[in-house]
Amino acid sequence: MMSPRLFLAGFVVVLLVAPHLVSEFHVTLLNYIGLYSIVAVGLVLLTGVGGLMSFGQAAFVGLGGYATAYLTTATNLPAGLAMFGGSPWLGLLAGIILTATVALLLGLLTLRLSGHYLPLGTIAWSISLYFLFGNLEFLGGHTGIAGIPALDLFGLPMKDNRNFYYLIWVVVLLAVWLTINLLDSREGRAIRALKGGAIMAEAMGVDTARSKVVIFLIAALFGCISGWLYAHLQRFVNPTPFSLNMSIEYLFMAVLGGAAHVWGAVLGAGVITVLKQWLQDWLPKLLGASGNFEMIVFGLLMIFVLQRARDGLWPILARRVPWQGRQCAVPEAAALLRKPLPEAGRVLLEARNVVKRFGGLVANNNMNLAVQAGEIMALIGPNGAGKSTMFNCVSGVDRATEGEVLFCGRVVTELDSREIARLGMSRTFQHVRLLPTMSVLENAAIGAHLRGSKGVIPALLRLERGEERQLLAEAARQVERVGLGAAMFEAAGSLALGQQRTLEIARALCADPCLLLLDEPAAGLRYMEKQALADLLRKLRGEGMGILLVEHDMDFVMGLADRVVVMEFGEKIAEGLPEEVQRNPAVIEAYLGGVE
Amino acid sequence: MDLQIALLLGQDGITNGAIYALLSLALVLVFAVTRVIFIPQGEFVAYGALTLASFQAGKLPGTLWLLIGVGIAVAVVDLVVAIRSRQRRRIPRIIGWNLVYPALAAALIFALTPAELPLLAQVVLSLILVVPLGPMTYRLAFQPLAEASVLVLLIVAVGVHFAMVGLGLLFFGAEGSRTPAFSDGSLSLGSLTVNAQTLWVLGSSLSLIVVLAFFFERTIYGKALRATAMNRTGARLMGISTVMAGKLSFLLASLIGAFSGILIAPITTVYYDTGFLIGLKGFVGAIVGALSSYPLAALGALLVGLLEAFSSFWASAFKEVIVFTLIIPVLVWLSLTTHHVEEEE
Repeated sequence: MMSPRLFLAGFVVVLLVAPHLVSEFHVTLLNYIGLYSIVAVGLVLLTGVGGLMSFGQAAFVGLGGYATAYLTTATNLPAGLAMFGGSPWLGLLAGIILTATVALLLGLLTLRLSGHYLPLGTIAWSISLYFLFGNLEFLGGHTGIAGIPALDLFGLPMKDNRNFYYLIWVVVLLAVWLTINLLDSREGRAIRALKGGAIMAEAMGVDTARSKVVIFLIAALFGCISGWLYAHLQRFVNPTPFSLNMSIEYLFMAVLGGAAHVWGAVLGAGVITVLKQWLQDWLPKLLGASGNFEMIVFGLLMIFVLQRARDGLWPILARRVPWQGRQCAVPEAAALLRKPLPEAGRVLLEARNVVKRFGGLVANNNMNLAVQAGEIMALIGPNGAGKSTMFNCVSGVDRATEGEVLFCGRVVTELDSREIARLGMSRTFQHVRLLPTMSVLENAAIGAHLRGSKGVIPALLRLERGEERQLLAEAARQVERVGLGAAMFEAAGSLALGQQRTLEIARALCADPCLLLLDEPAAGLRYMEKQALADLLRKLRGEGMGILLVEHDMDFVMGLADRVVVMEFGEKIAEGLPEEVQRNPAVIEAYLGGVE
Repeated sequence: MDLQIALLLGQDGITNGAIYALLSLALVLVFAVTRVIFIPQGEFVAYGALTLASFQAGKLPGTLWLLIGVGIAVAVVDLVVAIRSRQRRRIPRIIGWNLVYPALAAALIFALTPAELPLLAQVVLSLILVVPLGPMTYRLAFQPLAEASVLVLLIVAVGVHFAMVGLGLLFFGAEGSRTPAFSDGSLSLGSLTVNAQTLWVLGSSLSLIVVLAFFFERTIYGKALRATAMNRTGARLMGISTVMAGKLSFLLASLIGAFSGILIAPITTVYYDTGFLIGLKGFVGAIVGALSSYPLAALGALLVGLLEAFSSFWASAFKEVIVFTLIIPVLVWLSLTTHHVEEEE
């Protein structure tokens, strides 16, 4: 059986002995694999996990390389930069500051871009930066900067390829370690939700814009550090290795290795680098001409990989190894603090004259409703009556065109869903929004996002384990509570639809809400499961929680709800106790059709 | 800068802008119909120009071998599908388009001596070789992934771009080519002298745009493409084949690309990798039109051409920096005007 630790130990041993077994040439090759791996690991985080595609990583490598090259070679530094001159380490510091600044600026601008605009934006600034490198006189133009001093590590000069080899691979392992740590944390769950779960994550209180900037920054800094190492290894820089083509190759490495797997980045970097070397030797001989013909093979390879093995090589290889089962123990930890629930009868949510228009369609017209603490309010109506739209308007997922929404006495009409979540509202979605490849436990833990506070840096360094255990323990409690304890470590996508809805409730409960919004929670549940759900909701009501419920199952609603609001064609047609509503002629007509 | 120079730069800008406008129209079309961000568009520009240049130099263009090779690959893939799904009546068509057509093209080129033919015939021969590569590329690279996300299609497009640039280097070598102008002479308008080639470019671009407008407004295939662009599923339910629509949009894109290449070959030296930057400038224009509006895209492309011309006067080394930095504020503005958290795959 292979455990991740054993794999890592084996890999480190191979890394340690490799330079003693292979020729100088191969050590150089391994150095390059290491340098590329660092960039590719950043891309896995950014593109594979976060779903943000960048064609600009080589430009960040260039910033790191040029910063140190300029600062360590220039004889007459401008006054403001003189403090950074002379030492590679100061060059690294300056490179990091520069890259972080540029990345932050570009990130704040281009990460607002949706979908395909982002990669196009990265292509644009990648080309801009490349031409800037080549045309700025103080950076040596297209000929570049030579005579960069060697690194000096604790008095040990890094002039030898083999010395440098160890430095590079320590950095690779560090990058991998940091990335894996980050992904396995509260912030990491938020990052993993970016791809395909942004709306849900926002409703759970995640600032997705911030998460995007974070991964963009980390990926850029990995690039910068790789560039710094490159500059001192080569002791020469010119614009070529920082071009758009190189950015594309970095992306190929990440995609080929397996864009969603951190180790896949190292694998992809290795395969592409070795293949490139090999092709550069053989193709010109074969074709009888000189040139970058490996591009042809790489291009075709990419098409093939995306058509036949979209998840890349890593999962294919990993499947062949009998991995030891993952740790499946729920962590023990002290319970998280709970917010006191408001006293029963206090109005939690109030919608006043809410109107929502989509173009010419009026989905909600002058809707009024109020939910109190300690009551279950049901919102019912035929399909298309506008119930889910109403849900989206009050929870901030969508914005009401007119009218006002008050929550806990505050006007929240203009707030984003994550700000409303912070005030104590939590919701489920009619169309289940889970992250199918993450475990049930992790999915539930996203709901507890706002109950933790440790940020990215503790997560990178694994300094937030105490809080993380508390969050997971809380998530496990809620998963148990809704009756999914047996499936705790299964992938959420493997659950039946009814169970997935139940998991959404567990996730919502993890947020410790005072108001719970449930959009068709009983759909797809069997009779016994519905009973259990009804019991749970009654218990929550007993604790003082307010619950707003959209449901089609009338037996379920009428047996459970304290009050009912009926909608049709976007308007409220009735409100009252369940028995009253059932006798209301307008309601009967809406459901059964009128008698002519 | 005096008026004379400004007019000259303006003329340059409008000439290039017209080419970018053509390309941006093709990019908008391909994206709307197939959701492919067609990065290899520029390679068709280079292939068109360099194929024509090869003919004029009395050389056999490598694109002929490419057409034959890609034709065989498409034939094999399509035949396997046809035989497996027992649609034998499709076989003659597959063989006709993918094997017989390239063979006929080869026979035609070997029978004639292209270097001695009039320019128009050389242009037609070049288009015969390059244009079918568009739909064939769609068949091999994109059709199997037609339902994939925009980002996956984008990486595939980049893969195609890589392969085509490498092949371009193999076929045409690293040296650039420039073809003679379509006709000599110039036109004097007061103090402004307009090159004949500029008129050719503007005239051809305008007529191509008019023809395209007619095609989209009046013909059944044009309407089918518009329908697919608006709603793929809806179009399919109405009996429009999305595969056909994809191939047709790629055909138009490769036609526009190759033709643009032929138009600019007398103005600028074309290298095997020149197309990429030209195509990207078409993109900048297309993005100004938000990848959806044809008139805005054309206007944006003209703007790019003018900006490029004037920045090459003031800061020639930074002309690319200026053009490609222009795109960022545009993108930001586009993103700000479309407010909502987008759900991506």
